[in-house]
Amino acid sequence: MSDQDHFVEIRYAQKSYGSLEVLKDISLNVERGQIVAIIGPSGSGKSTLLRAINDLDPLTGGEVWLDGVQVNKSLPHRQYEKHINEMRQHVGMVFQHFNLFPHMTARENVTMAPMLLKRLSKAEADKLAEEQLDKVGMLDRIDYYPSRLSGGQKQRVAIARALAMEPKLMLFDEATSALDPELVDEVNLVMKKLAEEHMTMIIVTHEMDFAASVCDRVLFMDQGVVVEEGPPSVVFKNPTKERTREFLRKHLAGAA
Amino acid sequence: MGLDFTVVPGHLDIILLGCAWTIGIALAAALLSFFGGIIFAVIALYTPWIIRQPFRLIEWVFMGTPLLLQLFLIYFGLVQIGIDLPAFVAGIIGLGLHFAVYNSELIQTAILSVDKGQMEAARTVGLSRGQALRKVVIPQAVRDVIPPIGNNMIALLKDSALVSVIGVSELTLSAQRAIGATYRPFEFYLVAAMFYYAINLCMEWVQRRIERRISISR
Repeated sequence: MSDQDHFVEIRYAQKSYGSLEVLKDISLNVERGQIVAIIGPSGSGKSTLLRAINDLDPLTGGEVWLDGVQVNKSLPHRQYEKHINEMRQHVGMVFQHFNLFPHMTARENVTMAPMLLKRLSKAEADKLAEEQLDKVGMLDRIDYYPSRLSGGQKQRVAIARALAMEPKLMLFDEATSALDPELVDEVNLVMKKLAEEHMTMIIVTHEMDFAASVCDRVLFMDQGVVVEEGPPSVVFKNPTKERTREFLRKHLAGAA
Repeated sequence: MGLDFTVVPGHLDIILLGCAWTIGIALAAALLSFFGGIIFAVIALYTPWIIRQPFRLIEWVFMGTPLLLQLFLIYFGLVQIGIDLPAFVAGIIGLGLHFAVYNSELIQTAILSVDKGQMEAARTVGLSRGQALRKVVIPQAVRDVIPPIGNNMIALLKDSALVSVIGVSELTLSAQRAIGATYRPFEFYLVAAMFYYAINLCMEWVQRRIERRISISR
């Protein structure tokens, strides 16, 4: 189908706002079933890179490939919209601020897209919602509106909503950063469960412990470039770059 | 000579018929102004310049000129270019578009104040921009503007009296007809006022119910 050997392949990603370069020629490969964490100080471009994968923040240069198909290929506007909507169905995304639809119950949040895009019947969609909400431990809140859920519960529903489209890839953009500390674990637990099911995941996070325990690979980004990349045992325990050491020192000191 | 309401029952049939016309016209115009308001808002915010311009003109005409003049234009003016509308249809269109423009202003502001994460979340599950607007953004925007739109609808009901001048036998004109037959203006205008007030109360009741239903999901 293509010359792409990797499940997710980012080639020479560039992003600039005017003269401000946010991403400077970043390349990244992720294999099927891998879990990659992206860490780095705020403003390092890690969220921008993540959001480029499903074209939420379109790149100004470079290519993104997913499962043999180029995500950001050049097409006339209408065709591109169609293509990108189709691509996004395969990429689940979880946001820092949950972004649940407040006018819909947990069930409706989960069923809306499958009913609209996959033409699922009400009964099929209900079954799907029950499965997915059960998976994230939210079955008992299925008919609650988001306003009546805690942050951790909202984020779990948001994960169920993303999973309902049966994505090949899940993107987590600081999924636990907005949560009270005691609510972080319930979300991490769900993410661990996904990891055990070999879901391919790219996770932007500030949680070093979590990254160390579930990820196959860690990228440390700073000022729009990947400074260091490797298995968590190396990046966290024996970083080779001074910049990485400095960041980890500050971050771990701050966290403790 | 004092007030004598004993003349009222004999003409109550014409008053009630006028009441029915007022309710029908106000309801139809309210629906037109609501959905028209959403459509105008989407056009104003999301379509290219060239499509927006004709709607700018409509907006300017309906906001910048008296409603009475607009009704004359639609009923008497359009005939000259071959569009001969029944008076009640002209009335519904005039009232509906007039208030659609005002509703559109409210809805535009509300759409812009919906958190942009909502659009992003809808797009990331694969919805097109149109689908995201329809399913996620507009329903939230509309919830935010139910109270001010409700106020506009009460103004619409009161302004519906203006369609009497193009000959629709709604409540005000019916009262005038009864007055013509009895020479009792005070009594019949008071009766008409009472009916307007009653319809208003019903509208407020409906609005409160809608608001209460919506508040459950907040």
